[in-house]
Amino acid sequence: MLQLILFLPLIGALVAGFGWRIVTERGAQWVATGLLFVACFFSWVVFLTFDGELTKVSIMPFIESGTLTTEWAIRLDRLTAIMLIVITTVSALVHLYSFGYMAHDENFRDGESYKPRFFAYLSFFTFAMLALVTADNLVQMFFGWEGVGVASYLLIGFYYRKPSANAAAMKAFVVNRVGDFGFALGIFALFFLTDSIDFDTIFAEAPALAGINLEFLGISWDATEVVVLLLFIGAMGKSAQLLLHTWLPDAMEGPTPVSALIHAATMVTAGVFMICRMSPLVEFAPDAKSIIVFIGASTAFFAATVGLVQNDIKRVIAYSTCSQLGYMFVAAGVGVYSAAMFHLLTHAFFKAMLFLGAGSVIHAMHHEQDMRNYGNLRKKIPYTFWAMMIGTLAITGVGIPLTHIGFAGFLSKDAIIESAWAGTLGGYGFWMLVIAALFTSFYSWRLIFLTFYGEQRGDRHTHEHAHESPMVMLIPLGVLAIGAIFSGMVWYGSFFGSHDRVNAFFGIPTHHAASEDSHGEGLGAAVEQAAEGDAEGALDAVTEDPGHAEAGSAADSAHAVPSHAAGIAPQGAIYMAPENHVMDDAHHAPVWVKVSPFVAMLIGLLTAYWFYIVNPERPRQLAAAQRPLYLFLLNKWYFDELYNFVFLKPAFWIGGFFWKKGDGKTIDGGINGLAMGIIPFFTRLAGRAQTGYIFTYAFAMVIGAAILITWMTIGGAD
Amino acid sequence: MIGLEHYLTVAAALFVIGIFGTFLNRKNVIILLMSIELILLSVNINLVAFSAFLGDLAGQVFTLFVLTVAAAEAAIGLAILVCFFRSRGTIAVEDVNVMKG
Repeated sequence: MLQLILFLPLIGALVAGFGWRIVTERGAQWVATGLLFVACFFSWVVFLTFDGELTKVSIMPFIESGTLTTEWAIRLDRLTAIMLIVITTVSALVHLYSFGYMAHDENFRDGESYKPRFFAYLSFFTFAMLALVTADNLVQMFFGWEGVGVASYLLIGFYYRKPSANAAAMKAFVVNRVGDFGFALGIFALFFLTDSIDFDTIFAEAPALAGINLEFLGISWDATEVVVLLLFIGAMGKSAQLLLHTWLPDAMEGPTPVSALIHAATMVTAGVFMICRMSPLVEFAPDAKSIIVFIGASTAFFAATVGLVQNDIKRVIAYSTCSQLGYMFVAAGVGVYSAAMFHLLTHAFFKAMLFLGAGSVIHAMHHEQDMRNYGNLRKKIPYTFWAMMIGTLAITGVGIPLTHIGFAGFLSKDAIIESAWAGTLGGYGFWMLVIAALFTSFYSWRLIFLTFYGEQRGDRHTHEHAHESPMVMLIPLGVLAIGAIFSGMVWYGSFFGSHDRVNAFFGIPTHHAASEDSHGEGLGAAVEQAAEGDAEGALDAVTEDPGHAEAGSAADSAHAVPSHAAGIAPQGAIYMAPENHVMDDAHHAPVWVKVSPFVAMLIGLLTAYWFYIVNPERPRQLAAAQRPLYLFLLNKWYFDELYNFVFLKPAFWIGGFFWKKGDGKTIDGGINGLAMGIIPFFTRLAGRAQTGYIFTYAFAMVIGAAILITWMTIGGAD
Repeated sequence: MIGLEHYLTVAAALFVIGIFGTFLNRKNVIILLMSIELILLSVNINLVAFSAFLGDLAGQVFTLFVLTVAAAEAAIGLAILVCFFRSRGTIAVEDVNVMKG
């Protein structure tokens, strides 16, 4: 079944991409979509029947070279199961939605066939993303990582006649290259340190790595910190964190379903997933974790401020995505990986829905994306309006404070903010996130008020022809709406409830046992954990210990060979060090901390209401009064301009230098000089030596023969 | 007593005359042919001399073959010469320099 989930999208992509002439355009779309829905169904079956036990399905040998022996295998644990449902659900719905959205497209000429290509790319993306999350080793993960990069490139540049789309596609690819370079270096470093790229081996060695230092540039670096930082650089690129975020807003050049699938729900969360997957390693790198928190919190704040003033509806949501990804990194950085995954899950639902809703609005308004030309659309497109409303309620975090009743974002975002408070001791990360929550609320409601309320603006003709989208576009919105409303309440306990429930959900055997045993150092602690996990699992029926037989045997073998250097890979999908009490502390956060995101949300809502309903002139006055600040935000903190100046200009200069001076003058000049100057010179010399008389040549031959014979006679004696 | 050395000396002298005849001659292609004949003859003398010296008849038999080949070669050479004269109107060696590019 797992193989089916992984390979059905690939089959769909191949059939739609190469076989559409045989199965017809319509058939290609149905094949890709149908296979995706089958994969989605199987994913839900896997997710709901999954018992927390790590399962591996070997597919084929992958790389065998020297000491590196690894195979292509599917690793199924709770993290993978969560990602499976997120990816396949959103992907299947986006496939369905694309039937309507891509039905007519003025970017292509009449009779041109673009739909099968679009569906093939979507399915290929899904396959690559599934390969990423089911990876059992780092290189396999890297394969998926690059695969989604390629799919993202192809889909951003899908409207290949638009120069801006091509530029955006290249930008996304190039910026991701920077991150991928870090990721690749991280993999190399891990292989260098542990002689393996398999997760199990690496995780087992993680405690031992913590003490190792790497010498580089004459400075001694802590190995774990370096590795985690390098991996995080990869995550920053893929997940559009500050400094490497510039590609994400530009990626909105792609068709809107692509933005929903790739640039909101799945691909950009790959970085978060990777950090959670590497949690057994990350836990041993406290400095790197602080950096992750800092970058995540800064991104959340930065993107939220930029989102306040953007006018393009998709760009607002893009910055919102960027900001929410910052939240997830903060949660991962403080060590509450389950909260990061929780927000990843809920965010996938409501953000995909916001994007698809925005796509529906754009569809209705004849591809007008500027919110200043919208207004009062709630009567014209009521279903879309309600979907967007639910999405906004979810992202801004509406719920009843101090209970666990609310929209999805209310529970997951509050979980992160409480974790941030506990993890940073109420410092930078916490305050940035609360302020970002205020801004999130403001720009989300601004979007709603500008689009659906107020008076009609812009082209009257367009408004008169605004129409509700077809059913294939509304059904995905409805399904996602269910997720956006209920996913938080249903899974709150599993992701962020009591320790026991989280442990059971993620298949972590021994957490409370291990937290009693407060000093976890290497082998001893690991063995104790495993052994106690065994006992616990036998005693405690609630904590279904997944691998107790395995853990028991592992403990036995470790007892048998006590001097064995390597530890045991921690059980469970995520790993929280025994001294990591952030989640418990977060549960016992003071009331004002728990209420703060709600208050921030209310302030944002009221401000937006005042700005865009009560007093619509107010934003313009404020922008005029605070013009430098407004321009600073409108131009996204001038990051593009800064990069243009620091990186692009010198790169162009160097390129021009090598082209004109290096290639033109030196290489071409050298070859031309050789071919047109030096060679003809010698040719003329040689030509002058010729007489054309046979006897001259015969004489030369005889002389040569005479010399050879003489030489042989004299020198050949020995 | 005339020994092997004398024969070899004569042959060497003939050989060198033949060589010089080929490349010092500027006048006539016929002289070239004659020089080549001289070179062949010097070789023949060598063969016969060694044949007698070593008491092996193979060398003399070989000489007969060389003489036959030389006769044929002279005939072909003269035939080429006639053709050449018909087309170019001269057999002066100095005029035969079409190989110079």
